[in-house]
Amino acid sequence: MVQAKNVRQLSYIQAVNEALRLEMERDPSVIIMGEDIAGGGEREEFQDAWGGPMRMTKGLVGDFGRNRVRDTPIAEAGFIGAGVGAAATGLRPVVDLMYVGFFGVCGDQILNNAAKIHYMFGGKVNVPLTIMTGIGAGTNSAAQHSETVYSVFTHYPGLKVVVPSNPYNVKGLYAAAIRDDDPVIICNNRQLMGLRFDVDVPENDYIVPIGKADIPIEGSDITLVGMSYTTRICIDAARDLEARGYSAEVVDLLSLSPMDEEAILESVKKTRKIVIVDEDYPRCSIAADVAALVAEQAFDYLDAPPKRLNPPHTSVPYSQPLEALFVPNKDQVVEAALEALE
Amino acid sequence: MTTHSNLNTETLLWLHETMLTIRRFEEQSKREADAGKLRGIHSSIGQEAVPTGICAHLRDDDYVLGTHRSHHHCIAKGVDLNEMMAELLGKATGTNKGKGGTMHIADMTKGMLGANGVVGSNIPVATGVALSAKIRETDQVSVVFFGDGASSQGSLHESMNLAGIWKLPILFVCENNRYAESTPFEYSVAGGSVANRAAGYAMPGVVVDGQSALEMFEVGKEAVARARAGEGPTLIEAQTYRYMGHMGADDPLGYRTQEEEDYYEGRDCIKRMEEHLLDGGFATEEELKAMNERVVEAVSKASEFANDSPFPDPSELTTDVYVSYP
Repeated sequence: MVQAKNVRQLSYIQAVNEALRLEMERDPSVIIMGEDIAGGGEREEFQDAWGGPMRMTKGLVGDFGRNRVRDTPIAEAGFIGAGVGAAATGLRPVVDLMYVGFFGVCGDQILNNAAKIHYMFGGKVNVPLTIMTGIGAGTNSAAQHSETVYSVFTHYPGLKVVVPSNPYNVKGLYAAAIRDDDPVIICNNRQLMGLRFDVDVPENDYIVPIGKADIPIEGSDITLVGMSYTTRICIDAARDLEARGYSAEVVDLLSLSPMDEEAILESVKKTRKIVIVDEDYPRCSIAADVAALVAEQAFDYLDAPPKRLNPPHTSVPYSQPLEALFVPNKDQVVEAALEALE
Repeated sequence: MTTHSNLNTETLLWLHETMLTIRRFEEQSKREADAGKLRGIHSSIGQEAVPTGICAHLRDDDYVLGTHRSHHHCIAKGVDLNEMMAELLGKATGTNKGKGGTMHIADMTKGMLGANGVVGSNIPVATGVALSAKIRETDQVSVVFFGDGASSQGSLHESMNLAGIWKLPILFVCENNRYAESTPFEYSVAGGSVANRAAGYAMPGVVVDGQSALEMFEVGKEAVARARAGEGPTLIEAQTYRYMGHMGADDPLGYRTQEEEDYYEGRDCIKRMEEHLLDGGFATEEELKAMNERVVEAVSKASEFANDSPFPDPSELTTDVYVSYP
């Protein structure tokens, strides 16, 4: 692919780092907490020893100091709960849940407090908390470090959930999440961190609105719905289908809660066929939710049943050949699309 | 009691009236529950002295976070009785617009950042409140109340560790009422002490007679001053007793003895304060009688207000889920 002129290319990690830096510059109430978020604890001679588990917070402690960039003990319930309390009393904390699977040790703070306080307290207390978390298989990390489980958070009223798919939208979604007055969970797929993206990432700060899907590829024959890493797969599949003479439209959800139902329905009413590609476990998944939405609200437009593409109902395997069978891939998307098209 | 001679009459009367208000409020709450207006309450009768002695040192911009048993925390922190009772009855005029109920009363204007129905759940939140005060460089203090049952939750230990390493302005106040539902303290807490656990987290651990408002006042004074001065957290184990069952219908004599109940009720916080006031010449019997009438009147007005208030409009079902949701 020919790279366009004047494209400012950043990696996913660099884009997150830039978003955090800009938000911390513009708003002194923004703080960041997490394990190894700076690294080295408070040792003077080892400032910025780590820079976050994915190096997303590298360099921030030097510019904003240890008061606002806090290494925490390994105590997710403690520091995510502390994020809730700090958010309720004037700060805009960003807390890092290293891997989403660890929500098992702090689910109470996320699901019972962050999600419910605004409602339970009659709308009188806001919790402008941002939780960033690593998701996704494909990194040879086995069952506890490879999940997505964003459908769990999407299930809960009171939480917003975003699933960025490239350096441009992750930067804008971080800004939107941090400025949002509700708790927002940002799911960062680790496979995206190693990929190159030919998208322009403006230097200034900007917002990608929460609740709005993107259409990276327009088409007329079939709708491919992606989220986070699966958007990349959908884009690859759309190119493959194009070579076979089909025009596929890719809907990149970007937000799971709120979800841009309008964009999905509008697309499927045009293409009359839909494949939803979701890396989460299949039962009660986003794919199931979108399929139900389409079946309920666009049934008369459909030329084929909505097709869900999830991993099998299994934990994520360690062995690489097995793991490759877990994450939906381009060929599966193309196959599912052709089934609907032909 | 000589150590308390420096307490002025005004403070003593405030302590007494606050405890009395809690007790009358709880009695009325039970009547409302018995009348079928709500399913039941976790009564704080017997534990009035604990938050009263602590909250005497707090400002409106200090924060209190509570538990499923929190009516006494709210009253001690100054939450409006009318709005509290309306909340219990699920009315639109309640502190939480009827959406939280007895286990979730919150009022930010009074620094009541909410009762919480999950045991131990509020302790990390309160720790974050203290962190916020420290980062924003205010001298606000955060106080979290929890029971002996919650002292076994990991959230307490994670939070005490955070407060210890960050020297946060927080009071961890354990209301050891001797029972987690029906499970006795001596069974569930290894080592037989909550306060001793403070040693592991670099903070003072204090045991106090939680049935004495005067003792609570002294302990609260020191811990709040310590937090406000930036000297760090304190763990307080207030030894108290819940007179009623865990929640309304259960009979506590199914798991504890009459002798034990008699012992604790014999050292009732309100009775002892009354004696102190009369013996010390701080109040006359007539004055105390008038105070009680005033309190009864306020509580019965709260009941009237709550009962006369409308239920939330059906449209309220789906409001306040988010601040904004496109």
